[in-house]
Amino acid sequence: MRITSLMLSILVSAATVGVVHAADVTGAGSSFAAPVFAKWADAYKAKSGVGLNYQSIGSGAGIKQISEKTVDFGASDKPLSPQDLEAKGLTQFPAIMGGVVPVLNIKGIAAGQIKLTGDVLANIYLGKIKQWNDPALVALNPSLKDIDENITVVRRADGSGTTFIFTNYLSKVSADWKTKVGSDTTVAWPEGVAGKGNAGVASYVQRINGSIGYVEYAYAKQNKLSYTQLQNRDGAYVLPDDTTFQAAAAYADWAKAPAFGEVLTNEPGKNSWPITGATFVLLQKKADKPAQSKEVFKYFDWSFKNGGALAAQLDYVPMPANVVKLIQASWKTEVKDAATGKAVW
Amino acid sequence: MITSEITSAARLIKVENGRNARFRVIVLGIALLVLIVLGAIIFTLVDGSMPVFKQLGLSFFTSKEWDPVAGHFGILPAVYGTLVTSFIALIIAVPISFFIAFFLTELCPYRFRATLNAIIELLAGIPSIIYGMWGLFVLAPILADHIQPLLTKWFQHVWLLKDIFAGPPIGIGFLPAALILAIMIIPFITAVMREVFDVVPKTLKEGGYGLGANRWEVTRDIVLPHTKVALTGGVMLGLGRALGETMAVTFMIGNVNTISIGLFDSGNSIASVIANEFAEAHDLHMSALLALGLILFFIAFLVLAVARALIHKVKKS
Repeated sequence: MRITSLMLSILVSAATVGVVHAADVTGAGSSFAAPVFAKWADAYKAKSGVGLNYQSIGSGAGIKQISEKTVDFGASDKPLSPQDLEAKGLTQFPAIMGGVVPVLNIKGIAAGQIKLTGDVLANIYLGKIKQWNDPALVALNPSLKDIDENITVVRRADGSGTTFIFTNYLSKVSADWKTKVGSDTTVAWPEGVAGKGNAGVASYVQRINGSIGYVEYAYAKQNKLSYTQLQNRDGAYVLPDDTTFQAAAAYADWAKAPAFGEVLTNEPGKNSWPITGATFVLLQKKADKPAQSKEVFKYFDWSFKNGGALAAQLDYVPMPANVVKLIQASWKTEVKDAATGKAVW
Repeated sequence: MITSEITSAARLIKVENGRNARFRVIVLGIALLVLIVLGAIIFTLVDGSMPVFKQLGLSFFTSKEWDPVAGHFGILPAVYGTLVTSFIALIIAVPISFFIAFFLTELCPYRFRATLNAIIELLAGIPSIIYGMWGLFVLAPILADHIQPLLTKWFQHVWLLKDIFAGPPIGIGFLPAALILAIMIIPFITAVMREVFDVVPKTLKEGGYGLGANRWEVTRDIVLPHTKVALTGGVMLGLGRALGETMAVTFMIGNVNTISIGLFDSGNSIASVIANEFAEAHDLHMSALLALGLILFFIAFLVLAVARALIHKVKKS
């Protein structure tokens, strides 16, 4: 009897601990944006008392969860097309931006020394350029003349938004890549070895001499990987950092892009880093739980206004003020109470 | 007096029968629950794989191409990787497990047995992701820097072997994945073998020793024939685990869709493809992954069926 009551009390207390506070916001999806969402959530909870329960399970799963209404918002690194949004009854807006950078490991080559063009990068990943002293590479980097080493291509094994941003860029700069491989969160890679997650790619690149990979910028920076310069659409060679990501974002024509469906790769501008991407937040257009949808908006409203410095600490780029205005205007028209038809925000 | 005893006995029987009936219902219900869960899993897999079967037909089973962008899905590389890694793992693990079990039951001093048993069981309890990380960070560099160059050098002029031991020197691929798998299934196979060896009747073994046989001869000629049915079961248990192992293989196999006889070439397994791509998949891609799951299920079923058939045959003879 005593044991039964003990078990019962354990069960009851476990159940109460397990219950998410009713007003807490739930979200799921992109792992790219997860660290920022978590950092914002901590600060926001201290201010408002409303917490965020965000599951970093991948963009595809995030889209699925919001489509099935099991969360208050989803997050995806790949914007949905207007048709997809229509079919699923969703709306989207960009929430945070970041950069993807090529990283390499060649003995004696320091960070930022190597220059690459989009075409050369695509040809390396297509397996057409196999040696570091290939004429195309030496033409850009005379210092590579004496590096008689094979190139080992490293890429992601798991489906990921980072891969989408990277392959989307390659598709824009190389017609060959576009027809042979294309872009998605998982593609049929013609070449290379695959690591799981940013950590897997980084560990392969660190270990294999003569390797090249791609990771999120924050990851390259924290692990002191040697990233490359890239030639952007205007022909200038740029290094990845928050200013060049911001420059790419500034040139994006969000106002014209239907449903903010803009992928920030290969943007014009002298300072733009060409492999920049955004994470998109997805919401049901007809809100069954309007109070919860409103909490989502409040959280992002607060984060847009106050979260810039926190995002920068993690090497992400906050949305520019003019874009935030556009986003918030869309909130007023896009999301309506399913019962009354009134705007939620 | 007697009648009252009879009625109380009858009452007792009635009560007993009532309890039995209730017990039957509970046990039957739980047994049925297992069947229902199994049925639900099969239904989910079959239902989910229908779109890809309908759309791609036979090419799903015969194609080597896995291209989510173009909507081409062929399972050959993943099936190949699964079978090859599991098979090599068995080749490595079975003899090692046998000798460990032999040592533990026949040679090991009594005071060390409990400790050694506990250590082997501990090995079985380590989560597979730990094996994966250990494989990637510890085993792979050792293979890449020391073992693989040696193998490549030794066999560089030997027909066939030079292709088998080819591949980029990064310590990742079919053989490294199989090695990790072998380490993971050794405790399972060993545990089964040890228990089986332990239940061989003492009199049989003593008879052997009485005839002047040594420990190895007793094991070979008395223990092994006596236990081969159960040994097959143990090996199949290990194989079943190797087939479905996900995380450790994902870390070690390289995750590239290729079919290659080079053991240091990167490959893919069914479980690693699912683990890698599930989170981002949708529509036909998701259907292809569910179909892969169904095929893995089918392979595991086949292995169990073969094991049953083997055991049946051995029992008969």
